[in-house]
Amino acid sequence: MTILVFFLWSLLKVAVVTVVMLLGIAYTVLLERKLVGRIQNRWGPSRVGPFGLLQPLVDGAKSFLKEDIIPTGVYRPLYLLAPILALGCALISIAVVPFGEPNVGPGGIHFFQISDINIGLLVILGVTSIGVYGIALAGWSSNNKYSLLGSLRSSAQLISYELALGLSLVGVVLQTGSLNLRVIVEKQAEKGIVTWNIFGGLQFVAFFIYLMAAFAETNRSPFDLPEAESELTGGYHTEYSSMKFAMFFMAEYGNMITVGCVATLMFLGGWTSPMGDLMPPPQNILVHAFFPIFWFVAKVFCFLFLYVWVRGTLPRFRYDQLMNFGWRYLMPLAMLNILGTSLWLAYH
Amino acid sequence: MHLILFFLFAGFCLAGAINLLLQSHPITSALSLIVVMTSLAVLYLLLGAEFLAIAQVIVYAGAIMVLFTFVVMLLNAGREERTMGSRSARAVGFPAVVAILAVIATVILKAQGLGVATLGEGLTDASGKTNIEELSSVLFTQLLLPFEVTSILILIAILGAVALARHGSGEPQGNRERTGK
Amino acid sequence: MNSIFSQEVPLSWYLLLSAALFSLGVVGFLIKRNLITVFMSIELMLNGVNLSFVTFAHQWHAVKGQIFVFFVMTVAAAEAAVGLAIIIAVFRARATLAVDRIDLMKL
Repeated sequence: MTILVFFLWSLLKVAVVTVVMLLGIAYTVLLERKLVGRIQNRWGPSRVGPFGLLQPLVDGAKSFLKEDIIPTGVYRPLYLLAPILALGCALISIAVVPFGEPNVGPGGIHFFQISDINIGLLVILGVTSIGVYGIALAGWSSNNKYSLLGSLRSSAQLISYELALGLSLVGVVLQTGSLNLRVIVEKQAEKGIVTWNIFGGLQFVAFFIYLMAAFAETNRSPFDLPEAESELTGGYHTEYSSMKFAMFFMAEYGNMITVGCVATLMFLGGWTSPMGDLMPPPQNILVHAFFPIFWFVAKVFCFLFLYVWVRGTLPRFRYDQLMNFGWRYLMPLAMLNILGTSLWLAYH
Repeated sequence: MHLILFFLFAGFCLAGAINLLLQSHPITSALSLIVVMTSLAVLYLLLGAEFLAIAQVIVYAGAIMVLFTFVVMLLNAGREERTMGSRSARAVGFPAVVAILAVIATVILKAQGLGVATLGEGLTDASGKTNIEELSSVLFTQLLLPFEVTSILILIAILGAVALARHGSGEPQGNRERTGK
Repeated sequence: MNSIFSQEVPLSWYLLLSAALFSLGVVGFLIKRNLITVFMSIELMLNGVNLSFVTFAHQWHAVKGQIFVFFVMTVAAAEAAVGLAIIIAVFRARATLAVDRIDLMKL
C-alpha cells in the first residue's frame, strides 16, 4: 500500500505546485507590467481591483475568449504541438526544485519538493534543452518567414548559451561534489550569507555568467532576438493567437521562474536564511516549516525584479554581437572559472 | 511497475522508429527520432544508468537533434522524393536485415544466464556510491587516456565543421552564422 | 495488485528491443532517399547499440559498459557536427538533398 500513498502524495504535491506556479506566472506578468510602467514613468495596469491586482485574471479571460485563428498555410500537427511543448517543458522542471526544509514532514515525506533525485540539476538542464523545440517548431510550422527567422535565431542562440549556462554551474558542482539540489543547498547553509556559493564558494564570476546566459536562455531582453518585434514583427509567435499565444507567453515567464529558482539554489543558498545560525531557529513548528519558503520566494522575487529592471533599461543586442558575446567571452570565461575552481579545490 | 514502464517506453521507441521510416518530411522524422531518444533515456533509467539517461536527453535530444532540425529548417528541405533508386540495395538489403535480426534474436533468446532487471536495482552500489560517482571514478582513473583522446577528436570535429562550412561559400553573412555554431 | 507492480523484466527483452531498433535503423538507411533522414537512421542504429551496452552493463554490474555509451555519445556529437557541415556543403554545391541525385562519383 505504500506505493498508493506515495502516488497520492505525489499527485497532491504536483497539483499544489502547478497551481502555485501558474499563479506565480500570472503575477510575474503583472509585476513586469507594473515595474516597466514605473521605469517608463507611467502607472501600468491600475484599473482592475486594488492596484490592478486582479489584472492577470482579466488577461487570462481575454486570452480565452479571443478568436483562435489557425492560418491556412501552417503545418497543423506541429503548429498545435509547439505551444504545448513549450509550456510543458517550462512547467515540468519545477518538479525537482526543493522549496524548503526537507525534514519537517511526518513519515519521511518531503513536503516541499515533488521529487528528490540524485541528478536534479541535470534534469533541469535536460528539460530546458528540450524546451527549444517548442520555439523552433512554432517558427517552422507557421509557414511565415519572420517566424522561421525567429526560430532559427532561437535554436542557434539557445544551443550557444546552453554551453555557457551549463559550464557556469560546473564550478558549484565541483565545490559540492553532488548534483542533488537539496545537498547543494544544505552545503551552503552553515553560516548564512558568508557560505553561500556566490561569496563563500568564490563563484561570483560563475554567477554573472549564469545570469547572462539565463537571460539568453529565456529569450528575455536584451537577448530577445527570437521575438524582436521591431525586426521580426513577433518572431516565432507571429502566427499564434488567443490561448496558444498565451501558452508561449506563460512558458516564457515559467522559464524565468525556473531559472530564478536554479540561481537561488545554486548560488544564493536556496531556502536558507542569510543570517545562518546567528538567528535561532523558530520554535513554532508551522513557522519553522514556512520560514524557509519565505526566504526562497524572496530570493526568487529579487531575481525576477532584476529581470524586469534589465528589460526596462537595456536595448537589444544585434545578432552577431549576441553570438560573439556567447562564444568569445562567456564560454572561455566559464572555462577559466572551472579551471580556477578546480585549482583552488586541489590547493586545499 | 517495471514491466508496465518497460512496455510503455519500448512501445514508444518502436513506434517512433517506425514513424521515422514512414514519414516523408525530414522534420517529422527528426521529431520521431527525438521520441525514440527520450524513451530510451527512460529505459536507461530503468536499467539504473541515471547519468546516461540524462546525458541522452541533454546530448542527443537537446543538442544533436536540435542541430538536425536547425539544418532542416535552414536548408528548407522539402518532402522526400520517392525515387526508386538502388533497387539492388533493397533486394539484397531487406533479406539481409531480416536474416541478421533473426540470428541476433535467436542468439539472445538462447543465451543462458541473462539476468532480470528490477526497479531500483543498480541505482546505488553496495558501497553506497551513486551511479555518477562510480562512473566518474572509473572514467577519470582507468580510462583517462580514451577520455582525453575524445576531447582531441571533438576539437578536430569542430575544426572540420568550421572548415567545411566556410569553404566554398559565396555569401559571407550566412557564413558567419555557421562558424558561430 | 502488488504482483503487477513488482514484476521484473528479463534482460533479453531489452536486448531484443535494441536489435529491433538497430534493424529499423538499417532499413531506414536503405529506403530513405533524403540525405538528412539517412543520417538520422545512422543515429538510430547507434542508439540501438547503446541500449544493448547499457543492458550488458546492468547484467555484469560493470560501469565500463555505461562509459562506452558515453564515448559513443561524444563521437556521435562530433559526427553530427561534421556530417551536417558536409550536408550543408553538398546542398550548396548541388542544391538538392536527394541521395540519388548526388551521383557525381558514380560510374
